[in-house]
Amino acid sequence: MSADMSQPPYDAPAYASTARRAPRQTLLALPAALAAASEALGPRFAPAGYPPLADLSRHAGGAALGERIIVAGRLTDEAGRPLRGAMIEIWQANAAGRYDHPQDAHDAPLDPHFHGEGRVFTDDDGAYRFVSIKPGAYPWRNHPNAWRPNHIHLSLFGAGFAQRLITQMYFPGDPLLALDPIYLAIADPAARARLVARFDLALTEPEWALGYRFDIVLRGAAATPMETP
Amino acid sequence: MLATGSQTIGPYWHLILHPEWADLTRFGAVGERIGLTIGLRDGDGAPVGDAAVELWQATPPADARFPGFGRASADAEGRCRFTTIKPGPLPAAGNAWQAPHCALAIFARGLLKPLFTRVYFADEALNAEDPLLGAIADPARRASLIAKAAGPTDWAIDIVLQGANETVFLEL
Ligand SMILES: [Fe+2]
Repeated sequence: MSADMSQPPYDAPAYASTARRAPRQTLLALPAALAAASEALGPRFAPAGYPPLADLSRHAGGAALGERIIVAGRLTDEAGRPLRGAMIEIWQANAAGRYDHPQDAHDAPLDPHFHGEGRVFTDDDGAYRFVSIKPGAYPWRNHPNAWRPNHIHLSLFGAGFAQRLITQMYFPGDPLLALDPIYLAIADPAARARLVARFDLALTEPEWALGYRFDIVLRGAAATPMETP
Repeated sequence: MLATGSQTIGPYWHLILHPEWADLTRFGAVGERIGLTIGLRDGDGAPVGDAAVELWQATPPADARFPGFGRASADAEGRCRFTTIKPGPLPAAGNAWQAPHCALAIFARGLLKPLFTRVYFADEALNAEDPLLGAIADPARRASLIAKAAGPTDWAIDIVLQGANETVFLEL
């Protein structure tokens, strides 16, 4: 990932957990003699083996509590070319800021009609869309009175391991963004602002759900030419 | 266009954990079946008990019976285990070969972006001519990428995120 301004460093002192987990040695660049590195060759996923789940707003036969949202956008490489048939995994807290996860001890209610896992694939234009509810903010122990901004976790697979991306989508106008060491770890304000979705009235469905647009760009296009699946 | 920034997988990523993905032979793959145990430790030597480890191998070629990809969750001791087919060699530039290996990506709370590395196997003669292993001057650091036999069909490797025995991580 070199000195790419779009990416955070491993070592970010304000994010305490990086202190004992960030490597100290220089990363090894792939030697040119590898020619085709494994890391550029896959993996690829197909909906047949990894069933899509594009509506997180209903679970166990009922509608989740919270503000229903539609999240949609386009997945491209750095040259603006659409990434087709790419798998996107989604996970998030419920509207109260609680994960349906055994390790989450936040004193906020679980919702029997919200689990918080989704999976979608991009279409021929690189477009994706899913329905969910707006996740709540939640506390964490990084520093006194620390709260994570509202966010949705996204995991993306491009053409190869070298394009692998796990990120978080944030919401516009959130006052917690200016206080969040994970968001602020991306030093360039323009780069981190691209992690904030845009409210989109055109995507909003009348009397049903608010629309947020979130376009995603995967790096490493030169190393990993994209193939049509 | 500017690439989208990476953010940590955090502590609650297990919502996307499907434990069966750690067995790459579950669709009936043909070949030499092996177990690969990976132990993860941080700069204090403490187990990285909440990590996600992803494995990808380009050989044997992925097909309906072999996904080539797996994901496993580290346990409280920082250990995770894959069952897979032992990879074969992969062409390198010219007439050279890359020794059999698996690519790994490690995600965890406290990692704002993945750590990429590779696992090679101690019994492979091609290790001596692998271009990536050959690019690591220090023999001790080179050894950090080589799994040791832990049984007739079992392999084990320790990955150290930080410190004196730090694993070689790749810039991708
Ligand atoms: Fe989260």
